[in-house]
Amino acid sequence: MKIAVASGKGGTGKTTVAVNMALSVDFPVTLVDADVEEPNGIFFLPLTLEKSGDVSIREPVVNSSRCTSCGACAKACRFNAIAITPKGAMIFPELCHACGGCFMACREGAITERERVIGALSQGKAGNLTFIQGELNVGEALAPPVIREAKKRAEGASLIIIDSPPGTACPMVAAVGDADFVLLVTEPTPFGLNDLKLAVETVRTLGRPFGVVINRDGIGDEGVRDYCAREGIEIVGSVPDDRAVAEHYSRGIPAVDLSPDYKALFKGILRKAKEGISSKEDL
Amino acid sequence: MKIALTASEKNIDTAMDPRFGRAPFFVVYDTEWGSYSFIDNEQNLNAAQGAGVQAAQNVVKTGADVLITGSCGPKAFRVLQTSGIDIVVGVSGSIKEVIERYNKGELKAAQGPDVEGHWV
Repeated sequence: MKIAVASGKGGTGKTTVAVNMALSVDFPVTLVDADVEEPNGIFFLPLTLEKSGDVSIREPVVNSSRCTSCGACAKACRFNAIAITPKGAMIFPELCHACGGCFMACREGAITERERVIGALSQGKAGNLTFIQGELNVGEALAPPVIREAKKRAEGASLIIIDSPPGTACPMVAAVGDADFVLLVTEPTPFGLNDLKLAVETVRTLGRPFGVVINRDGIGDEGVRDYCAREGIEIVGSVPDDRAVAEHYSRGIPAVDLSPDYKALFKGILRKAKEGISSKEDL
Repeated sequence: MKIALTASEKNIDTAMDPRFGRAPFFVVYDTEWGSYSFIDNEQNLNAAQGAGVQAAQNVVKTGADVLITGSCGPKAFRVLQTSGIDIVVGVSGSIKEVIERYNKGELKAAQGPDVEGHWV
C-alpha cells in the first residue's frame, strides 16, 4: 500500500505530514523521501543514514569520427538536447532525459552510451520505521530516475509513505503516479488554493484517489474549504496553526513528540488515507 | 557573406527580436547579392527546453557566417561557435539599420555568452 504526500505549492507541510504519520504508528512503515532535490525528512528522524547506492543514467556520447552530421539523432530527440554542427552532432547532457532515442536513430553507429551517476540513495532504520532517501547531485536536472530508484528500494513493504517533491511537473508525477492514495497538503490561503487546484487536476489526470489535508488551519480564508465542498473532495485532516509546532520544527523535533494529541491527529490522517484505498477497492 | 539576425516580423524595417532561441524568425542577409531571406524558427517558440540549441542549429543550416541578436546563452553559443559562426550580442534597432552598422564595422563579435543558461 503506497500513500503519497504531495502538494502543488512548496512549503505547505508535506514533510511534516509524511514524517509525523510515519512516526505515529507502531507497525512497520517505510518512509521514502522522494523530494530528491532537497530531501529534509531526515532532520526529524531518530536514525542515522547510510549510503546504499548510486543512481545513474545512460547518457549518449558521440564518436565524431563516425558521425556524418546526418541529423537523425537530433530529429529523434524530443528534448532538443542535440544540435547538428558541421563537426558532428553535439549533445547537451543537461537537457538529455536518457531515453535512448538517439542511440536507436543513429545508423552510423556513432552514438554510444555511458553511465553517469546523477544521484545517491541512502537508508536508515529505527524500530518499526524504515527510511529511504533519494538525493539528486548538485548541478543535475533529472530528478525522476532518482525518485523511481528510491521507490524501488521500498517495494515489497506493507505500508509505504512517499514524501513527494512540490509542484505538478515530472518529479511530482514520478512520485505519485503509482500511489494507491494521494494526500494533497495545502494551506488555507489563496496561494495554497491556487496550487491545490493544479495538484488536483494532476492527480485526477493520473487517476489516483486523493484527499486534502489542511495545514496551518486557522490562517487565511475559507477558499480551500469552499473549493473542496464544490468539487466533492474530502478533507481527510487538518493540522492547526500552532506556534509550538513551528518552533519544534525549526529544531528538528516532529509534532508527534509534542503531545499525544498530535500523534492521534496524524495517525487519524493515515487511517483516513488507508480507508480511502479500501473504499476504492470495494467499488 | 551571410549575416543572420533575429526578427519578430518578416519586415526589415521593423525592430530586431531581442531573443535568440524564441525569436519567431531569422532574417539572413547576403552581402554579396544584397538579398534578404526569412527563416522560420516557430517550432521553438513553445519548446519546453532546448530552444536555444535548436535555434542555433537552424542558424547553422542557413550557412550564415555571423549571427546578430539581443542575447545568447551558453548552449547556443557553443553550437554556433563550433560551427564557426561569429556571434554579436547586445544589439537592438531595425534590421536594416543593424546590418548597415555591421557593414561599417561598428559591431564586434562576442567572446562568450552574455546570459546564463536556463533549464526547464
